[in-house]
Amino acid sequence: MMALIIDVFLLLFLIASAIGILRARHLFAMAMMFGLYSLLVASLFLLLDAPDVAFTEAAVGTGIATVLMLATLAATRRSSEKPRSRFSPSAMIITLLTGGLLFYGTLDLPNFGDPNAPLHTEMAARFIEQGQQDTGVPNLVTAVLASYRGFDTLGEVTVVFTAGVGVLLLLKRRRKPVVRGRSNAR
Amino acid sequence: MTMFLYVIGFSILVTMALALARALAGPTVFDRILAVNMFGTKAVLLVAVVAFVTGRADVLDIALLYSLLNFVGVVAALRLVERGSFYATERIHVKTKPGEKL
Repeated sequence: MMALIIDVFLLLFLIASAIGILRARHLFAMAMMFGLYSLLVASLFLLLDAPDVAFTEAAVGTGIATVLMLATLAATRRSSEKPRSRFSPSAMIITLLTGGLLFYGTLDLPNFGDPNAPLHTEMAARFIEQGQQDTGVPNLVTAVLASYRGFDTLGEVTVVFTAGVGVLLLLKRRRKPVVRGRSNAR
Repeated sequence: MTMFLYVIGFSILVTMALALARALAGPTVFDRILAVNMFGTKAVLLVAVVAFVTGRADVLDIALLYSLLNFVGVVAALRLVERGSFYATERIHVKTKPGEKL
């Protein structure tokens, strides 16, 4: 009961902050709201009993991404998003097409919660019964993520690390950014 | 005791809603920073309450991580606000002429 109430509240907060991000025009406010959004997602992961996914989401989304975005905003001059351009039909068509293709791709997947899906008939029992002996990790989600799918996670870590190094190298400039023609000496 | 924890959890959720409303509405950047910081603090408390209700003590580590990240994020944000009046005022639409530099 308690978990249900918290879930409903957090999901409502998630929708509210997503709409807030969409409506915000000030990039600084947007970056802060993204941190908040990410914290909410991490909390939901935690309630779904996936603590290490929540750990990653909080560290990357709330911590590193927010700091990098704010640092990028400090290095650039514009603080406000350009006024939104008018409705463009070609962008709409591309979006609908991509969305349609992605939706078509999901048709091959087994239905959500289908008891006859291969995951439930073959793998789930193995994970639940043998997971503890196979990996020695007490949490099942962590065992699947970090041990059974270890190479996948390694690939993700490589991508995130490369992206982080790239952004840090871009942000590290000798010259201090000039803030709108104003000199830095105060 | 469990009822007590439920009441606490619910009040924390209400406080989070109020902080979120301020973060969405906030006329100045400082309102938003304070609201986001407060929201993060309440998230830490909520995680702690959930940890005690469900009896999973390992979740408390996540609460510690949240508070740490909250601190880092707010310090980073304030460092950037410090750089002149550029960030302190929210200008919604900055209109520029073709040759004008922003």
